[in-house]
Amino acid sequence: MTEPGATAPRNRLAVAGARATTVAMLRNQPRRDIVLNAVFAGMLLLAILIALAGLVALLAQAFVKGAPALSTDLFTNPPSTAFPEKAGFRPAIIGSLELIAGVILFVLPVGIGAAIYLEEYADKSKWWNRLIEVNIQNLAAVPSIIYGILGLAFIVRGPLDLGFILAAGSLTLALLVLPMVIIAAREAIRAVPDSIRQGSLALGATKWQTIRSQVLPASIPGIATGVILAVSRALGETAPLLLVGATVFVTFDPTPFGSDGYSAMPVQIFNYAVRPQEEFQTLAAAGIIVMLVVLLAMNSFAIWLRNRYEQRW
Amino acid sequence: MLQSQKPRYGEKAIQGLLAACGILSVLTTTAIVISLIGPTIGFFEIVPVDEFLFGTDWTPQFEPPSFGVLAIVAGTLNVALWAMLFAIPIGLGAAVYLSEYASPRVRKTVKPVLEILAGIPTVAIGFFAASFILPEIIQPLWPGELLGGAVGKPFLALAGGLGVGLMIVPIIASISEDAMSAVPNGLREGAYAMGATKMKVATRVVFPAALSGIVASVVLAISRAVGETMIVLLAAGSTPNFTLNPVEPIQAMTAYIGVTATGDISTGSLDYKSVFSVGTVLFVMTLAMNMVSIRLVRRYREVYE
Repeated sequence: MTEPGATAPRNRLAVAGARATTVAMLRNQPRRDIVLNAVFAGMLLLAILIALAGLVALLAQAFVKGAPALSTDLFTNPPSTAFPEKAGFRPAIIGSLELIAGVILFVLPVGIGAAIYLEEYADKSKWWNRLIEVNIQNLAAVPSIIYGILGLAFIVRGPLDLGFILAAGSLTLALLVLPMVIIAAREAIRAVPDSIRQGSLALGATKWQTIRSQVLPASIPGIATGVILAVSRALGETAPLLLVGATVFVTFDPTPFGSDGYSAMPVQIFNYAVRPQEEFQTLAAAGIIVMLVVLLAMNSFAIWLRNRYEQRW
Repeated sequence: MLQSQKPRYGEKAIQGLLAACGILSVLTTTAIVISLIGPTIGFFEIVPVDEFLFGTDWTPQFEPPSFGVLAIVAGTLNVALWAMLFAIPIGLGAAVYLSEYASPRVRKTVKPVLEILAGIPTVAIGFFAASFILPEIIQPLWPGELLGGAVGKPFLALAGGLGVGLMIVPIIASISEDAMSAVPNGLREGAYAMGATKMKVATRVVFPAALSGIVASVVLAISRAVGETMIVLLAAGSTPNFTLNPVEPIQAMTAYIGVTATGDISTGSLDYKSVFSVGTVLFVMTLAMNMVSIRLVRRYREVYE
């Protein structure tokens, strides 16, 4: 901005003075506008500070309240109503890990497959392809408890009739986050420029060879970001699991197809949180800390991945 | 020179497989609709439609039971109303600040931090609403006996509302900020050239230009607020209450489904069917809002991108 030669001290003073005068002349707005503008900016800043304060208060409250219960017991002990000081989350943590493994096994192929179809194959002028598209957008905003109803009526009972097993919960969560994976994967695939595809096709590769060897490798970081965020959503989801059989006093390690019941981290937290006694409130807060640490790590990793591999074509 | 194309069956099979993945999503919607409709029809064979739609008493456990869905629809709207009163000013304020006032560096740090809020599990927000917002903020600050007073009540619609509000602030802030950032700079520069202040540019130029995106974010946020389960269950209670009074315990539609349809409910009972009919009401309400929101988002994309 500054003119050459303006760095010498005397010149700098002259330049700054000239600049300030011009700026002041152009700032010649009505006083009322200047005041209003400042008040408005203050209100906006206040809004964002309130939102951030809410976040900070939430984190701080969980840490302050849950700190006394933070110990390895949380990871090694089963839940207990008789001995809250020894109670933990072991079956819930194992249940959540198994649920998530199932979600990943399902959404990876199906989500990426649907995204490839919509981006690379689907002819947008055909009504059925537009239907699939609108349908996915709608599914992404269906309340999670409705997926619980779907799981109860269609997966636990009804056509699939799996019963109240962990795999049924896993499938329900997978259907819940599938639209999110598809939307993210489509965005990642769309970001691969057409010149890459045309180059590959010009060398004689078939459409599928082009997708497999060029488009997919280039979009993996983007897809991974979407999958991680979707999985972290599935990990924190409680409501649908209440309907598809996640119970809370599971004292053994759950198995995917075992019919003795299963538990999950957020459901266990919920169950501690509804008990008024202080010990259980502390346990709930400690569980929340564990879950927040895992989720924040996952989300940060997703953001890091996005920034690290953000490719400029 | 160029070979005539041989049929490639492998390619076709792969395309079919990928299409099947896409179709699965349509099947999911179909399955949702089918699983809702069947038991809902069964429910209306026992409970008259007009009692369900216009009744204001929701007492399934009484003998004889009463299924007036308006009592729990009111509960849902009660929470959503206070959530929106909190989240619209905060979310839009944050969006305008980030898009028009913040330096690129501030925006780059604050936006992801707000998005962290969107990633916090709702059970954690519900716990925060029930064990902090309610006893530490609402009860001390609520003016005495206004509307019946807040002290001594373990659940309040307002506590659920503020918790849900905290959850949807990032939705409003993030989508609105995208819409405002998509407004071309030429419009801003034109206004500045006419001598407008930053506030005038933000409120009279950028805000109207981004309006469809902003409305879309608000509609989507209402739909999220209506569909939220854990926060209302933990902070707003399970007492059906036909009121919009913020300092009363209420039961939202989602909370009814959540507490009723647990593992031990017997298939075919009236309670079981009532869960599905409430689910139908919830599904129709959120679907309508989502359609509006999707349409609006598409509109602003078409204009500026």
